[in-house]
Amino acid sequence: MNDFRSTWPDYDPGRYFCELTRTRADAGPVPKWLIERLARIGLPALRARASAAETELIDLGVTFTVYSDATAIDRILPFDCIPRVLTAKEWELLEAACIQRVTALNLFLGDIYGPGHIVRDGVIPAELVYGNANYRPEMKDFPVPHGTYVHVCGIDIIRDEHGDFRVLEDNARTPSGVSYVIENRHLMLRTFPDLMAGIRLKPVDDYGRRLRAAMSEIAPGDQEDPQVVLLSPGIYNSAYFEHVFLAREMGVPLVVGSDLVVDDDRVYMRTITGLRRVHTIYRRLNDDFLDPEVFRPESMLGVPGLIRAWKAGNVAIANAVGTGVADDKAVYAYMPRIIKYYLQQEPLIQNVQTNICREAEGLAYTLENLDKLVTKPVGESGGYGITIGPRATREELAVARASIMADPAQWISQPMIGLSVAPTLAEDGIGPRHLDLRPFIVTGKESWVLPGGLTRVAMKRGSLIVNSSQGGGSKDTWVLADDLTEVSP
Amino acid sequence: MSQMRFDPVLLARDAEGLFWMARYLERVENLARLIDVTQSFESPGFETDAWFGLIRINADEKNFAERGFSPDADHVKRFYLLDKGNPTSVPGNLEDARTNARTLRPLMSTEMWRQINMFHRFVSHITPEDLEGDALSRLCTKLKDGVQAHTGITEGTLYRDQGWYFYELGRLVERADQTTRMLDIKYTAMLPRDGEAKRVAELTQWNAILRGAASYHAFKRCTSASFSAEDVVHFLLRDPSSPRSVLLCIRRAESHLDDLRRIYGLSRADESIEVAEYLRALLLEKSIGHILAMGLHDYLDIVQIHIQKLAAAIGRGFFRDWRPEDPLTVMASVPDQSQSQSQSQGPAETVA
Repeated sequence: MNDFRSTWPDYDPGRYFCELTRTRADAGPVPKWLIERLARIGLPALRARASAAETELIDLGVTFTVYSDATAIDRILPFDCIPRVLTAKEWELLEAACIQRVTALNLFLGDIYGPGHIVRDGVIPAELVYGNANYRPEMKDFPVPHGTYVHVCGIDIIRDEHGDFRVLEDNARTPSGVSYVIENRHLMLRTFPDLMAGIRLKPVDDYGRRLRAAMSEIAPGDQEDPQVVLLSPGIYNSAYFEHVFLAREMGVPLVVGSDLVVDDDRVYMRTITGLRRVHTIYRRLNDDFLDPEVFRPESMLGVPGLIRAWKAGNVAIANAVGTGVADDKAVYAYMPRIIKYYLQQEPLIQNVQTNICREAEGLAYTLENLDKLVTKPVGESGGYGITIGPRATREELAVARASIMADPAQWISQPMIGLSVAPTLAEDGIGPRHLDLRPFIVTGKESWVLPGGLTRVAMKRGSLIVNSSQGGGSKDTWVLADDLTEVSP
Repeated sequence: MSQMRFDPVLLARDAEGLFWMARYLERVENLARLIDVTQSFESPGFETDAWFGLIRINADEKNFAERGFSPDADHVKRFYLLDKGNPTSVPGNLEDARTNARTLRPLMSTEMWRQINMFHRFVSHITPEDLEGDALSRLCTKLKDGVQAHTGITEGTLYRDQGWYFYELGRLVERADQTTRMLDIKYTAMLPRDGEAKRVAELTQWNAILRGAASYHAFKRCTSASFSAEDVVHFLLRDPSSPRSVLLCIRRAESHLDDLRRIYGLSRADESIEVAEYLRALLLEKSIGHILAMGLHDYLDIVQIHIQKLAAAIGRGFFRDWRPEDPLTVMASVPDQSQSQSQSQGPAETVA
């Protein structure tokens, strides 16, 4: 245990794992320095700088848009200036686990849109795959370059009371948040150079180059310099800032649907000199909206004929269509088995223990322990239909029991996890706040993981909800370099 | 070997966005100038005429009435400085400029975006108190400062590929148009006086217009002590060196279009170059004395129509591909020449 108590006598992480004060041999002197340096800056100065940093985010328009009724408000993601620290060893595990998971996700997608071995071998129920709303029959028997379906993946990882990492969710469609990872680092470098002095971190500014390289690797044909574009729904999308950020970091045009046109199964963009061929589209548009000829006919955001051009092999689309079947809650429960099936490996980072109610054993356990478990319907997202056993009334538990028994296949249950905490600047001083981690994995021919990832933090005391729409903020995520011997205070 | 390529792609939509962002911001500066000028040659007893002149110059009569305002000095100020729902107001133009800036964010420097963002916030916080007494002139100064800071940051940071040319073209076209409006205000706000009183009143007005066009000192340096109305009109329309003269703006626009054709091989500039050439001839062919004798207002109307034709030709040449139905770019016939030309509106949102 670091001797943080002399500096922060009131800081008490309780039974939760603290990402800063819990001793880890390979963290070197960094936690101690951080605590000392924060104390030297002092609370008033810390607050002043934090507020200046937030003003800067507003001035720079580093915002996401929240829509309510007829008004749209640009909000910043609240930024907490005390970084979250990951050691080199922790990162080694996280990195390997992320690559393992993305590899399995891609093999799974290639299989279910191809021969379907995993279903025939009885590892996963057929209806869970082929009856899934996110399964796209259009993708059947359509091979993708390098077998990569999920080019950009965000995996939500939490840490339990023992400090063990657990995967909470896979995001294999159009995961967002990576821009904050890089912006947060830049903001820290500008605002808190004295906090970071002498500490060697793995850099985060290679993301744009890596992403563009992956997009070039999947381009059709053998162009020396394929034309990559980023397809955005436009300025009214809540993640538009991130689209701009990524287009700039990649150095490619940001296009909207009306900029693109398909002619003779080839995709072109409308430039001042006329039509110009496009080879790879990094799209930040859901499957549904991509091509009104194939999906939603009323979509104004997409490009008519895009899927035709794709199937003709004349354009690459990232992420591929139909990846939603792999990050579904019901399929998530099978991920440990999916990893074993394709890779003959144990998952390097386990799922949160998940009881599958469509299986007799899982159902029995769930019903017996309803008051200790979190129950979730598989088809919903955004927290709908969830019952938190330990916090539920007797009536609520009865309702949950009835729902599960009526249709067990629609339910999973998980134990309640005490997310890890980290020191966070709050109104009443520096206190422990719960957080998670979303690393980003880019895959073309091979996978690469951006060091660190997005740390989301619940700014409210005791809250376990890190979502930006519900009062969550973010922190700079430090991955310490392997060799800390050169650091000096 | 170097991996650089001289082959930058410019989306038609972004070219149009740059053109219009520059126009909207230039409008904000000119509105501030017009308001300042109106304020400084306001004559007791004729305030309403003077202020309503602004509405007429911008052909905003219908818009003004529809938004529930009545011809009154105070209402005109509010219409242009506070009314966010009026697209021709300062907040309205800035909203459109910022919306365009958002779509153009991938092409702009961080400094440009930041300043527009902050300027937008400043403008959206203008209060009725800022319109009163001496506060109004200070507000106009801040608005001019805001646009000029934008212009300076753009000069120093915007990458000069084709996009920069479209930005410049937008600014020049708008500035040429605005100078004709500034000049026209003299005729709308003419006070009914006689003899010496008239001469003095006119002198005051001409001075105010020159100040409004940032041309007062340069004009004094270039003319004799006893200048005439003819000299002022000549200076604002034809001076080869004044940054706000119509001729200078058109010449530079022509030279930019020529660069686009020469450096980037854009033969689509041909039609615009022809219109610019015609406009240049229109500015130079007749003597100012002849123009004044025929009626300055009507002449300026013809000039304005051709400035709009130039904008339309640029649109047809370069933006048309992604907006085939745009009324601006398909405008072919010359509208009724007896009316003041209303200000055209470009895209403020480029997403369906």
